[in-house]
Parts: sequence; C-alpha cells; structure tokens
Amino acid sequence: MSRLQVVSGKGGTGKTTVAAALALALATEGKRTLLVEVEGRQGIAQLFETEALPYEERKIAVAPDGGEVYALAIDPELALLDYLQMFYKMGGAGRALKKLGAIDFATTIAPGLRDVLLTGKACEAVRRKERSGRFVYDYVVMDAPPTGRITRFLNVNDEVAGLAKIGPIHNQAQAVMRVLKSPETAVHLVTLLEEMPVQETADGIAELRAARLPVGRVIVNMVRPALLDPADLELLGTVERSSVARALSSAGLGGARRGGHAERLVDPLLEQAREYAERYALEAEQRAVLEDLGLPLHELPLYADGVDLAALYQMARELRGQGVS
Amino acid sequence: MSRPEPAQAAQAHERAARQRLSPARVLDIDPLIEDPQTRIIVCCGAGGVGKTTTAAALGLRAAERGRKVVVLTIDPARRLAQSMGIDSLDNTPRRVKGIDDSAGGELHAMMLDMKRTFDEIVEAHADPERAAAILSNPFYQSLSAGFAGTQEYMAMEKLGQLRARDEWDLIVVDTPPSRSALDFLDAPKRLGSFLDGKLIRVLLAPAKAGGRAGMKFLNVGMSMMTGVLGKLLGGQLLKDVQTFVAAMDSMFGGFRTRADATYQLLQAPGTAFLVVAAPERDALREAAYFVERLAAERMPLAGLVLNRVHGSGADRLSAERAVAAAENLEESRIVDQEDGKAGSRTSPGNSPSTYDSSESPARDEPGVSAGPADPVESTAPDEGSPADAERSVDRFTAGLLRLHAERMHLLAREQRTRDRFTALHPEVAVTEVAALPGDVHDLAGLRDIGDRLANNRPELPEPGA
Repeated sequence: MSRLQVVSGKGGTGKTTVAAALALALATEGKRTLLVEVEGRQGIAQLFETEALPYEERKIAVAPDGGEVYALAIDPELALLDYLQMFYKMGGAGRALKKLGAIDFATTIAPGLRDVLLTGKACEAVRRKERSGRFVYDYVVMDAPPTGRITRFLNVNDEVAGLAKIGPIHNQAQAVMRVLKSPETAVHLVTLLEEMPVQETADGIAELRAARLPVGRVIVNMVRPALLDPADLELLGTVERSSVARALSSAGLGGARRGGHAERLVDPLLEQAREYAERYALEAEQRAVLEDLGLPLHELPLYADGVDLAALYQMARELRGQGVS
Repeated sequence: MSRPEPAQAAQAHERAARQRLSPARVLDIDPLIEDPQTRIIVCCGAGGVGKTTTAAALGLRAAERGRKVVVLTIDPARRLAQSMGIDSLDNTPRRVKGIDDSAGGELHAMMLDMKRTFDEIVEAHADPERAAAILSNPFYQSLSAGFAGTQEYMAMEKLGQLRARDEWDLIVVDTPPSRSALDFLDAPKRLGSFLDGKLIRVLLAPAKAGGRAGMKFLNVGMSMMTGVLGKLLGGQLLKDVQTFVAAMDSMFGGFRTRADATYQLLQAPGTAFLVVAAPERDALREAAYFVERLAAERMPLAGLVLNRVHGSGADRLSAERAVAAAENLEESRIVDQEDGKAGSRTSPGNSPSTYDSSESPARDEPGVSAGPADPVESTAPDEGSPADAERSVDRFTAGLLRLHAERMHLLAREQRTRDRFTALHPEVAVTEVAALPGDVHDLAGLRDIGDRLANNRPELPEPGA
C-alpha cells in the first residue's frame, strides 16, 4: 500500500473532504497519518472544526480504534526557510534572502519553486523516521491541486532537475521524483457523476500515465440516492395523469378531478420525475465512462446537509468498508 | 470592515429568516449587458460553479442583443469550446457562427493560451535577436508553460490587449481556477514588488557588470547573495535566470506599465465584476470572500450570479406532507394486497393542512383508466389486473412524492445558505439561474442559460415547456 496518497479532483468535487476521510480511514489500528494541505485555503481546519492550522504538524483527530490523524498546512515561505535551514544550515542566509525579496520571488514568481517546496515537504514527511527506525507517519495524505494542474505539480521536480542540472536543488528534486514515481505514491482522483468532472478525470489519468506517475483510485463523491427504481422510471413514460391524480387524492392530497388539488400536483411532480430520469440516465452514462478507465472505483454518498465531523467519520468508515485501507 | 460582527450577523440572519427574505436587490442582467457604457464584465468565483458557462452565456446574450462581444475563456469544457468553434488553440478571437445577428451584434470567442500569449509579448517588445534569446532560454520555457501564477498574468495581459484593440464594445472574461481565486488581482502587484526589489538588481548585476558602470550597488553583501543563490540554484540555473532577467530587463518596464493599466481598467466605471456561485455552503463562503476582496480593491461589483438554484412547481406541498402521503400509499398497498380494495386509503392522521380540506379525496370510477398504464407487471396473462396496475401506480406515485420531499429539503437548504449570504451582504444584487439536469454544450443551451440569467426565475420551466 502506497505511503504517499495524493488526492486530486476537479474544483467542486470535494477533494479536501475525501482526502480528510481517507486520512481517517487509513488511521486504523493505531496507525498514524498526516494530512497535508498545499493550497493555503485552510479547508482542513474548517472541516475538522478547528482554528486555522499553523505551519506545524498537529493532531486533529483520533480514529475510533486508536489511530491518529495529524494535519499540516504547508506555507511555501516557511517551507523554504525550513528547507534552507535543514539542508544547507542557511538560516541566517535565509533571513538575508528574505530581506532581499528572494523568498517572495522563490515562492510566488520563480517557476515551479513553490511547487517544489510543497512536494518536497510532503516527501520529507513520507521518509521521516523515528530514532527507532519506524516511520513517523504510516501514511501521508495530500490534499493536492486540482486535476488540471496535478501532473505539472507532481512533475515539477523533473522540470527543475532539468533546469538546475547540478547542485543541491537538482539533487533534492531528483530525490522527490524518486518517491513520486515509485509505488510508494498513489494519485487518486475525486469526481462527481457529471460530464465535466468525469472528462477531466479521464484526461487527468491520461496525463498522469504519460508522465509515468502512479494512478491509484477513482473516487466518485456525492452520489445521490436512487429514489425511483427502474420500474418507476419505465412507468414515467406511460402513466396516465388521471391515475396519478387519483393515487395522490387517495393519499390525502385533495381532489383528483380536473382543477382539484391533487390533480394540480400531477404535472409538477411528473416534471420533477422527468428531470430525475434525465439526470439518472446521465449519471449511468458517466459511471460507464468511469468503469472503462479500469481503475478501482469507489463511491461515497451525498451528505445533503454538508459534511460535518460526523459525516467525515461515516465517509471514512465507508472507504474502509470499500477496502481502501 | 464591511463584515458585521458575528452577533450582528446572527441577528441579521434571524431577521432575514423571519421575513422569508429574498435577496435585497435583484441583479438585472439585461440593462447591464445592453448598456454601452459596460465595456468589460469579469466573471469570478470558485472552481466548479459554472463560471465559464456563465461568461459564455452572457456573451451570447449580449451579442444577440446587438453588441459586438468577445468572450475570453480560460479553460472551457471541451464540448462547450467545440460548440463555439474555439477548440483550436490559436490564441486569437474567432467569430462564433450560428448566433442570431438580427440586432447587428457579433460574438467572438477565444481560449487563452498562456504560452502563446507570453511568446507574443516577447516577440512584440524585443528586437528579433533578443526575442530569440529569451524564447530559447530554459528558464523562460518553464515559466511560460504555466507554473503557478503565470495564467493570472497572462489572462490580465490578454484582457489588456483585447481592450487596446478596441474592436469590441464588450469583453467578457472568465477567470482562471486559481488556488486563491483572486490571484489575478495580485498579479500586477507581485510583478511590481519583484521589479522594485533588490533581487532583480542582484540578478542583473553580473550581466550588467560587463557593459555598464552601474556596479555601484553591487556591494559585498550583494555578491555574497549571488554566491548563496548560486549555491542554492546551481551555477547553470543561476546563469539561465540571470540571462533571462537581463534579456527581459528592457521589457519589464512595459510589463509593469501594462499590468498597472489593466488593474486600473478593472477599477474603471466601464467594468463590472460578477461573482459566480452555486447555492452551496462552500461556494457561497468563497463568494462572500470575493465580495469583500473586490470591495477592498475598489473593484466595481455588479452582483452575484447564483447558478443551479432549484425550484419546484409544487412548492406548496411540504416535504413532510409529501412523505406522509407517500407512506399512506405504501401502507394502503399492503392493505390492498391483504384484502383487496378495502376501505379508505387516507389515514386519519394526515388531513390536508395547506390544501383545502373541505375537498374530500374524490376517487373516480376505479378501473376505468387504470388498465392501459402498466408495462411493468406483465406477468399476469391479461396485461395485469386493474388492481395490480393501480398498485404499481400507487408505488410510482409514492416515489414521486419522495422525490418531491427531497426536492423540498434541497430548496430549504439552498434558501438557508442563500439567506446567510444575503444577511452578510445585503448590498449585493443577486440573480438566480435555475438548475439544469445536464451540462450545456451548444449555443441553444447557452441561450437558455442567458434567458434564465436575465429572467431571474428560480422556478422550473412550465411543465411540458
């Protein structure tokens, strides 16, 4: 099982939520996971109902059987200073660079350096060991940039290693790529059963594969419950308005005669059912596209009231039940 | 600060809830897009809320109402791009065919190609030899291929270019799906702080050392810095960066002037920002952030476009009553199966409340029209008995009612999230766009969205329409 689990997906598909649920799901039997946020949105803090996360690994949740979830929101600027200190013992020089504006430059303008720092920090957490030789984190789950950017984001170190042909950055970049391109890493894509996210998922997988990055699972999020069964859907095309009106009337919703209360409900209710049928057919189509991708496919239900902590734990249980941990 | 204190916000929310508050102001799209003073419309919002579709639909509607429009999209869905004829990446606006041009309007559309835009700037502002040196610089090649931030610069650059060409009287811009979605506002400032910073002088120093006497700022500290950078980046990369910066040096001033001009353009009266959102908690939270940020930057906000709002033609039937009625039908089916057509199917606990209860459940002749509609239960030799057919209609109707209950719950949730936004930002005009079951990928679909944007009708279309 890969120790670095990268979660990407189109904007709006709930990838932060899925990443958090996955981190909880993987924290089984006393295992420790680190949930890493790279886009500075503090989505994890909101999800776990805690205050904004500092640039510091801290425990944010305990799994039912004693596992632990830590979280880290990576700040590129602090990561750079950290990195200078760690690798080059250049804390003082780091401060000087900061004064010079180089840190700003590195983290916002210089191509890719920001992404190098983010992936580098995650890989450092993957490789970090305790004195006993045991890994500090059993799994690192990354709430990564969206599908459209994920390949470039993960591949940035390749690019940088090509730019900086020698020197510490080159070496660091290569070390990161070794982790990212190995079975140590799995990139999961979160999608909805809608056309655009599914298309992006398919495109994203093709790009990841072309870059020889390891693709993991496809997780379909916010799957709506089936409210009409196939027999109902079939009846939708043929049913008589008057018989529906009578059924409504017999259920206590007023008169079935033309103009009666129950009768007036028929058209709007049938219209809603037709919309449902249309969406249901679209969803079936998209599910088929996803099945054709040939990757492990998981589904998480829609939590209509939004995902709170309780729902997050349910999602984690669901993922465990589907064998992701 | 414009954000009320939490307590105030809560009070405002309560007040709003008491009044069954609808948005304080309705955003009227047509006057906005028809006004010749409106020259730029910027659609911004979180990813996945229908920003691109909204931009395209606005552009189409404005064009069909007589304006000469160009839509700048960043990353459109493939089929939408195809339908507009802009799936080829040539970085120039293409005229969109198939629009109704009877009002004299035109629609042009383009998809932003970051690298092309960057290359074009270099080609336009450097002599051929220097341009060639820049274009072949490895550092430049990585930068222009679109690392974090480049897309934002280039979107603004392209907007400035389109405006400067003065061929269109309305430009509709879609914004990049940024990590922090307002990065495009920061782009000029970031560039400015880089250009004002000492770093650029350090980077330029060795290149300038040869020709110029501008060495006086290269003191000992600076050369130490170049040393550190060299150690960090590796000699070759530092050299690439330095060559790049030196080659670009003459262009930076231009970059900055244009970035500043574009920023001012965005603040100008002819510009209108539309924040796009869906009636979901996270999307509206982001929308509130956008509204606050735009106000802080003194960018003119026209209003909020709330996409994918659900309605119901039967919204007087509450979720609770729909579920109760569904249960009635399901229970009576069991009763029916046990003892045929026994008794009333109306359980006493469910007398209609919102509906006129004097109107008793009137059943017409049973069996008269129950026959034809039963393709499911074909197990019975004679097309299914009327009782079977009726049972399946009952079950079907129960399904309709449960579907309706779901819909009403959804409506209530959307109303709550929307009310929360309105309570925090009552000043923001809102237009609602009714949800469609599927995606939009043709002009007819965009036109439909345009109608929905302009008519501001959250309800479903009329049955059968």
